[in-house]
Amino acid sequence: MKEVDWPDQIFKTLKAAGVRQVGYVPDAGHKRLIELCLADRDMRSVVLSTEEEGIGLSAGAWLGGARSALLMQSSGVGNCINVLGMTRECRFPLLMLITMRGQKGEFNPWQVPMGQATGAALAAMGVVVHEANAPEAIAPTVDAAARLAFGSYQSVAVLISQAVIGIKSFQDQASR
Amino acid sequence: MTNVLRRRRVVEILLQDRKGLLVVAGLGSTAWAISAVGDTPLNFPLWGGWGIAALIGLGLALAQPKRRVLVVTGDGEMLMGMGSLATIGVQRPPNLSVVVIDNERYGETGMQATHTASGVDLAKVAQACGFRAAKMVRSLTQVTALRRAIHATRGPVFAQVKVRAEKLPLVLPPRDGGLLKSRFRKALLGEGADLD
Repeated sequence: MKEVDWPDQIFKTLKAAGVRQVGYVPDAGHKRLIELCLADRDMRSVVLSTEEEGIGLSAGAWLGGARSALLMQSSGVGNCINVLGMTRECRFPLLMLITMRGQKGEFNPWQVPMGQATGAALAAMGVVVHEANAPEAIAPTVDAAARLAFGSYQSVAVLISQAVIGIKSFQDQASR
Repeated sequence: MTNVLRRRRVVEILLQDRKGLLVVAGLGSTAWAISAVGDTPLNFPLWGGWGIAALIGLGLALAQPKRRVLVVTGDGEMLMGMGSLATIGVQRPPNLSVVVIDNERYGETGMQATHTASGVDLAKVAQACGFRAAKMVRSLTQVTALRRAIHATRGPVFAQVKVRAEKLPLVLPPRDGGLLKSRFRKALLGEGADLD
């Protein structure tokens, strides 16, 4: 079976949705997508010092008439919780693309609590959660999420499963 | 050193003849201060989201490169989002100014001392983060110069304005976040802002 280049497909989906600003805190799962965004001259990619900055960035972009997306790892969701209240109260569109840790086959126990709570924490703040559990499902899910976010002024998060990204193991890397 | 500047007077001078200036104000006394000068659709006063006022300004400044953007916020709010200064310093938007009205207190919660009361120098932080202009402001002459910089200096501009710690009568902007957002977009982007 041909491997699905899902980061490239997400990038094309973001372009088609008219996304002009991308805020990110890096994650290995988003490496390729971040590179594509940084290389695009019509897209402004903003590296953040903490994920909640991205909620502000996204709100400001919308106030100025620009669409944005926010890339992070599941551990960063916890950093966003209070400021998501602003997004909801103001009905700012928000598109979050979240690569999951602590979910399937995780080797680092410290990642598990936030990874297991990610969906529930987002839902508690009124964020619509879409899960993408297979490579071919990711781009269509991002497309649907973008339509819901920008068309219906919703906060929407796409959770990209750890089953898709693969399992990181520092022990494996250390033993090489 | 005694802080002699009065917060409301400082903000009034900064917003004089503001032309098309887009203004974001942090939750608390700075939101009341911009409202005391006059509530207008191109004000976005925050009632929450504490710690991210500067980043709202960044998103706005990047989306509207031809407009000048001013974030006016308090020392407590800026301290919570101090990493924002690094994020903005990396992006270097020429049209963004961040002004911290520094009374060295958490004014809404009982006037407890903030880090700046112990000497934390946010202007030096901003300078170290790559702001093109970053100053500590203590006099009215400097405030007037800062107003000019907000409109004309190649940014990002940062100022930490030391003001007297005082409780002033509240001047509240509208609380409805949806209203604040929609009126801002309509005033900036036109009647059709939400029709596409």
